[in-house]
Amino acid sequence: MSGLEDLYREIILDHYRNPRNQGELEVPPAVMAEGFNPLCGDEVKVHIKVDDGVIVDIKFDGQGCSISQSSASMMTTAITGKTLEEVEGIIYSFKQLMSIHEKSLEGGSETVDSSTTGLGDLQALQGVVKFPVRIKCATLGWNTLEQCFEELDEN
Amino acid sequence: MSFDVSDIKKDFPLLSCEEHNNSLIYLDSAATSQKPQKVIDAVSSYYEEINANVHRGAYRLAEKATTAMEDAREKISDFIKSERSEEIIFTKNATESINLVAKSWGAANLGEGDVVLLSSLEHHANIVPWHQLAESQGIEVRWIPLTESGLLDLTDLDRLLEGVKLVAVSGASNVLGTVPPVRTLADAAHAVGALCLVDASQYVPHRPTDVEELGCDFLAFTGHKMCGPTGIGVLWGRSELLEQMPPFLGGGEMILDVTQEGFTSNTIPWKFEAGTPPISEIVGLGAAVDYLESVGMDNVLEHERTLTTYALQTLKDRFGDELIIHGPHDVSVRGGVLSLAYQDIHPHDVSQVLDDHGVCVRAGHHCAKPLMKLLGVGSTVRASLYLYNDESDVDALADALEATGKFFSR
Repeated sequence: MSGLEDLYREIILDHYRNPRNQGELEVPPAVMAEGFNPLCGDEVKVHIKVDDGVIVDIKFDGQGCSISQSSASMMTTAITGKTLEEVEGIIYSFKQLMSIHEKSLEGGSETVDSSTTGLGDLQALQGVVKFPVRIKCATLGWNTLEQCFEELDEN
Repeated sequence: MSFDVSDIKKDFPLLSCEEHNNSLIYLDSAATSQKPQKVIDAVSSYYEEINANVHRGAYRLAEKATTAMEDAREKISDFIKSERSEEIIFTKNATESINLVAKSWGAANLGEGDVVLLSSLEHHANIVPWHQLAESQGIEVRWIPLTESGLLDLTDLDRLLEGVKLVAVSGASNVLGTVPPVRTLADAAHAVGALCLVDASQYVPHRPTDVEELGCDFLAFTGHKMCGPTGIGVLWGRSELLEQMPPFLGGGEMILDVTQEGFTSNTIPWKFEAGTPPISEIVGLGAAVDYLESVGMDNVLEHERTLTTYALQTLKDRFGDELIIHGPHDVSVRGGVLSLAYQDIHPHDVSQVLDDHGVCVRAGHHCAKPLMKLLGVGSTVRASLYLYNDESDVDALADALEATGKFFSR
C-alpha cells in the first residue's frame, strides 16, 4: 500500500475532513469562478477578495474527492495575505510539482525541483503525480483560482 | 450456473495473462468488455489473410474482404432477429448511431414544437443529439420521471406523450441497471403516431435481443461492450424508414452516381456508410457475435441474473446501511450494473483503493449527469458484471471495499 499512503498523506486527509476557508464571499467586492472536472463531475467554486494587490480573503466550496478538496483547502491557506505576484509564483511552483511525473517519463529524475520547495504543506500532494488521472483533481482548485484572476483583469 | 465461468475466463487472454498475475478483477464491462481470443484472432487474421478494400476491386482478394464484411452483417442481423440484413448500418459506435437518426431522420422530420421524449436514465449519447435539435430546429426535449426505486414512472405517460414524435429510451441503464419496459413504450409511441428509438448499448451484450419483440423502430448499440473491437457500432432501423431518410455523411460508397450537378444516393445500408468502413472491426464484431452465440445469450442472461442476485445479497449482508446500492433491487427488471455509494468516501477515492487491490471499477458520473442530479450525487462507484465474472470477483470487490473503509478510517 506504499503508493496509496504516499497519495493519501495524513495532512491531505486532514484538509479533506476539516477544510479550511470553506464558504463564499459577497460578489462584489469579491470575484468568483467555478471549475469542473468533466471526467469525474468534481466541482469547485473559488471566491477571492483583493485589496491593493493583496489577497485579503479567499473561500472555496464544492464537491469532490479528497485530492481535489484538500488541494483547494491547502491552496487557500497558502495564498491568503500574499500579493498577486507572490501567488503567481506559488501557482507556478505548484504546477511544476504536478508536472514532475511527465519529466520522469522523459527520463529525468524524480527529485523535487528547487522551485517547488517553498510550497509547505502543499508538498504533500507530490504523491499525486504517480497517479496521472488524479493530477486533474489536484489542479482543479488552482485552475479555478486562475479563472478568478482573469475575472479580476476583466473588471 | 448455466456455464462454467472458469472455462469462459480462459477464453479471455487479458483476464488470465501473466502480466496481471492472474489477479485482475475486471468489473467495468459497462464501460467496455474484454475480448475473447477468437475476436482478437479474427481481427489479426483479417489483416494477415484478407485485407483489401471492400465493394471496389474486381480481384479475388477484394471479393473475399467484401464477403467477410457482408457475412458479418448477416450474423449481426440474425443476432438481433432482424428480418433483413440491409437494416444493419455500420457506424463507429452507439453515439454515432443515435446521431445518425437525429441528424438524418430528426432534421428531416422534426420541427418547432415537436417533442422527443427521453427517459431520465439516459446516457449523454441519447441526450445531447436531441438538445442539438432543440437548438437548431426548436424541438422540445421532455423527460419520463423515475420512481424512488429507479424505475420509469409511467403513471402520466398519456400526458407525457402529447405532441411526441419520438420516444428515445435506454434499453438498460448504464448507471442503475434498470431495464425499462421497451415494448410498452414502443406501443404507446406508435399509438400516438410517434417512433421509438432504443439505446441498446447495455442491452444487446447481455440478453437475447429480438427487434420484432421489442417493437422499436431504431436500435443503437456498440461492438466493444459485447466482446467486439472498439470503433464499430450498429444502427438497426426499419427498412421503410431508412429508405426515406436522407443520407447522413456524404462521400464514397454512399452514392450510385455523382455528377458536377449533384449525386444519387446508394441503396440501404450503404447509403449511410460513406467512406471506407472499419472492415477489420466489422469482421471482429462478427466473431464476437459467433462467440456469444456459442455461449448462448439465454445462458449469459441467466448467469448475470444469478450473479447480480449474489452481489446484491453479499453487499447487503457485509455492509448493511454503510453501502447504498442505487436503483432497483429486483433482478427481473435490472441488469448487472451496480452503482454504489460507500460510507461518505468519495467514489474517486474508493476506486483508487479498489485499484490497489486489483479491482477495476468506474468512478464518476458515467456520462449521465441529469440522472446523477436526480439521485442527488455528483458521482458513484460503478461495478458492472459480465459473462466472465463469478462469485469470487464479487467477493474480491467486497473485500476491497472493506479495506477501503479501513484505509480511510485510519
